[in-house]
Amino acid sequence: MPVTEIKKDIYWVGIVDWNIHDFHGYSKSPQGTTYNAYLVIDDKITLFDSVPAKFQMDLYHQVRSIIPLEKIDYIVCNHIEPDHAGAMPFLMEKIRPEKVFCSKMGHRMLLDHFHQPDWPYHPVQTGDSISLGKRTVQFLETRMLHWPDSMFSYIPEDRLLISNDAFGQNIASSERFDDEIDLAMLMAASSHYYHNIVLPYSQRVTAVLDEVEKLGLQIDMIAPDHGIIWRSNVPLILQAYRDYATQKPNAKAVIVYDTMWHSTEKMAKAIAEGLMEEGVAVKIMHLKQYHHSDVMGELADATGIICGSPTHNNGILPLVADFLTYMKGLRPVGRVGAAFASFGWSGESLNILNDWLKSAKIEVVEPGVKSKNVPDHAKLAECKDLGRQVAMAIKAKVAADA
Amino acid sequence: MDKYVCTLCGYVYDPAVGDPDGGIAPGTKFEDIPDDWSCPVCGAGKADFAKEN
Repeated sequence: MPVTEIKKDIYWVGIVDWNIHDFHGYSKSPQGTTYNAYLVIDDKITLFDSVPAKFQMDLYHQVRSIIPLEKIDYIVCNHIEPDHAGAMPFLMEKIRPEKVFCSKMGHRMLLDHFHQPDWPYHPVQTGDSISLGKRTVQFLETRMLHWPDSMFSYIPEDRLLISNDAFGQNIASSERFDDEIDLAMLMAASSHYYHNIVLPYSQRVTAVLDEVEKLGLQIDMIAPDHGIIWRSNVPLILQAYRDYATQKPNAKAVIVYDTMWHSTEKMAKAIAEGLMEEGVAVKIMHLKQYHHSDVMGELADATGIICGSPTHNNGILPLVADFLTYMKGLRPVGRVGAAFASFGWSGESLNILNDWLKSAKIEVVEPGVKSKNVPDHAKLAECKDLGRQVAMAIKAKVAADA
Repeated sequence: MDKYVCTLCGYVYDPAVGDPDGGIAPGTKFEDIPDDWSCPVCGAGKADFAKEN
């Protein structure tokens, strides 16, 4: 990908990772991703963030197409995760920069990752700024958005916010800007990214957005470290982050399950009918067909999460345990749930599912439904009724919020 | 003395250990920590902590 001048003398020098579908080992990224790095040409030539180590030579050629690498004076590390700082040892060796700017937590993490006490670290905190010559860089710590070290760099002269992982999306494309690609696809990718990476820290998102407003930052471009750069839809993505963080109730439910001989699957469909009869939108997702990150993408705007598993060896099926572990860690709030289960003889799975959902602080409509082997007509009617009950609980939440 | 968990990042404040880097001596009860203290891992305020079960 050729470098792109995003503002006068400010260049995107990132890498497009076209074929990566496994993002950091926990989320799918079916559209690939990018690792965005930015080069500012000023009296002090500054590189903001970098790329994974395996792309260090690609970054070298990107920068080299503008200036020789050793001309760089400063490196700013907004985030130490290896997809943004993995090339640091290579860059430090090649560039030998005068200063490396990072947050205080970033300083500790750079030491923990690369074990180089002699690099010229300059830890900064919110409110600190540096001059590059014609430009200033103001730093804003954004702890837990989404790691303790994360921070934003803001260039007031260009009204440019380099936002690191916030506002990012996993999209590999030849386009760099939000007005060059389909907006609905871009917003869907933003939501998928948020609900798999940022969701647990929603409280912090609200606090950071408030801080950005309080500081009166004038932003006409947001340059994240993954995906597309925002220039025509800045208010839209800022508002979207507020909305994601609020997790407003919505009349939609996700039914997620795994099944052996399709009894649990039959129950899923009957529950869905109950929800639909009550006017609640439903998505049924079989965990053998959908990755846990795709379920979270659907749960983004769903208040209901209904979970099913047959009893297998006195427990639940492994893919259901995988999903529940993943969802619990992402700490969705304000959700209503229920469980359903088929079994052959011992039947522990229903209680296990209920306990899991409650431990994830989901308001559970108990006891749910369990079916000994294949559900008959009466059992399916019970499932449908469970769907109606969950629908009522969802609608009550929506009404209370209105 | 009770331990307290940061609800944002999961850090556990152990009164026996305190938070020497944050100026909190070992043996300080969570209740006695000044209100302007923040989580050494993620910067959350005291109000974001909950008693460990």
